[in-house]
Amino acid sequence: MPERFTQLTSRTFVIPQDSIDTDQIIPARFLTTTSREGLGASAFYDWRYDANGAPIPGEALNSIDPQEHRILVAGDNFACGSSREHAPWALLDYGFRAVISTSIADIFTSNALKNGLLPITVDDATHARLLAEPAGRVTIDLEACELHIGNEAPVPFTVEPFARQCLIEGVDALGWLLERRDAIEAYEQRRAQELAA
Amino acid sequence: MSSTPDRPRTLFDKVWDAHVVSAETAAAPAILYVDLHLVHEVTSPQAFTELDERGLKVRRPDRTFATLDHSTPTLPPDARGARPYVTPAAAKQVETLQRNCAKHGVALAGWDSADRGVVHVMAPELGLTQPGMVVVCGDSHTATHGAFGALAFGIGTSEVGHVLATQCLLQRKPKRMRVTIDGVLQPGVAAKDLTLAVIAALGFAGGSGFVIEYAGEAIRALDMEERMTLCNMSIEAGARAGMIAPDDKTFAFLKGRRHAPQGDAFARAEAHWRELYTDDGATFDREIRLDARTIAPMATFGTTPDAALPIGAPIPRPRTESEQRALDYMHFKPGESATHEAVDVVFIGSCTNGRISDLRAAADVLRERQVAKGVRMLVVPGSETVRRQAEAEGLDRVFTQAGAEWRLPGCSMCIAMNGDFVQPGQLAISTSNRNFEGRQGKGARTILVSPATAAASAVAGVLTDPRTLAKELADA
Ligand code: SF4
Repeated sequence: MPERFTQLTSRTFVIPQDSIDTDQIIPARFLTTTSREGLGASAFYDWRYDANGAPIPGEALNSIDPQEHRILVAGDNFACGSSREHAPWALLDYGFRAVISTSIADIFTSNALKNGLLPITVDDATHARLLAEPAGRVTIDLEACELHIGNEAPVPFTVEPFARQCLIEGVDALGWLLERRDAIEAYEQRRAQELAA
Repeated sequence: MSSTPDRPRTLFDKVWDAHVVSAETAAAPAILYVDLHLVHEVTSPQAFTELDERGLKVRRPDRTFATLDHSTPTLPPDARGARPYVTPAAAKQVETLQRNCAKHGVALAGWDSADRGVVHVMAPELGLTQPGMVVVCGDSHTATHGAFGALAFGIGTSEVGHVLATQCLLQRKPKRMRVTIDGVLQPGVAAKDLTLAVIAALGFAGGSGFVIEYAGEAIRALDMEERMTLCNMSIEAGARAGMIAPDDKTFAFLKGRRHAPQGDAFARAEAHWRELYTDDGATFDREIRLDARTIAPMATFGTTPDAALPIGAPIPRPRTESEQRALDYMHFKPGESATHEAVDVVFIGSCTNGRISDLRAAADVLRERQVAKGVRMLVVPGSETVRRQAEAEGLDRVFTQAGAEWRLPGCSMCIAMNGDFVQPGQLAISTSNRNFEGRQGKGARTILVSPATAAASAVAGVLTDPRTLAKELADA
């Protein structure tokens, strides 16, 4: 079950590049794991380390304090590509709790929400404002669905209501589905009859 | 599944409606029933762990099928039978799926199975994929199965756990898009070229939030394997799924396959399947049209699959810093074409183009020819079934005599996590589906093309339109 999420105030970490795909977030050769743990070490690995595994000098991802920068602001079309849930696992383990972009891939969004990493899409103007101020202080208020940037008027955002509920109240989505066993069984019977007709 | 003709519905609506266990409300998504759940070693271990921790069983092992494809070596075992896994972790991942399947009674096309293959190649071969089904897999190219008129999409590992435990998913209904392709493809132009042209037209996020229905004369003219190639890459335009209404070609493909309905049951199923089409008057949230007659062999030049052009066309000036970065990564310049750059590696395979028709197309180009000096070419069949068929037709010998390597089935260089990869800086011509930075190995530069183009490029040593190679031969 994901960690609860209500409010988060943090500095941003900005990667302005568009279409940061899931192979950048965690290269495929790190997917041979059978665990969810410890993937932060592989987050953005090929951006952080050279061919010999030495940290690339000047790469900001190697020097930030992840506790200080928990909100990733990324370019358009963030996390396109594979369905690997290892991508949100890696970002969370690295220290991020939220990602802001103008568009975020469907499967990634669904995966991230199930793990307590909040994906937020904003309009171009807000995005430009966030890109222009790396390490700016931002507050995400999930209960009010508002983004607070500096002293400016809050920016509203939307999150799928059920996923939001799960994050705020710690609802367990699988548990919720399991409670609906009767409806699932009834469906299976109905469908079997229809197909036999 | 009989349709209630009170309002016209799209193909997607019909399949969706038939699988709603409980309807979507403002507060909660729909509960959607899954007919077929495909499983592989990479995205399932943590889901099985979750089940075990909660003391849950797999609800419908009979609707769950597993294979080994991503982490598996494509070189044969040694004299002692040991497989050359890239790392102990890869071996452990395979063992974990074997153990999980045995424990939960899930059928696994494992090392000893004559069915094993890349998940999206194997399932249609076995007749597991059928029209009107909801098919899911922890893999973004699950849309492949949409070629049969199924609603098929990729899910994450948490959702794999949901489906294992409940056979259901929580889903909001996506929007509908229709991509109509008029006319038919010209000779020498492949389904992959059409696919890349569609993605280039939509853009990398143009399909985001949509399920695409592919329709029109060109689509009807495609055979089932070509339709799979097209649906496979729907995700590369950001779409949730791609679908094609089933027709006589679909039913003929399915007839007699092991998991398809048999005898009278097939006729009954076919009657239901024939209702799966978009009604006249049904509406889409977005429609686009392309003309197949204008499509030429395509190749990508950037690091997203939508950055594709007819082979030989000049690369456009980058509009953004990200596009500039992509050109820098690929070592390409605006105004040039990618046809001058020496090729290092050619890869034929993957769930996009690892089927028998793809291997035939490549072999037709390579027959009596040689792979250019300095080019490493790898041909990886999509499944054991494809491998057997290709070897029966002598295609393996065409490849090896031309100087290519003939491997065991698997994802191989498509995702480069099994030890088959492209060296840093090398240029790869690949029939797979993603040209992201590092997708085929750290620093690897990838150009996506059709099998015929890949084979022609292997012969020429540079990116080559297969039609010009055929012409050279005729002129010689
Ligand atoms: S062949 Fe490539 S895209 Fe297809 S399932 Fe394997 S890794 Fe994924």
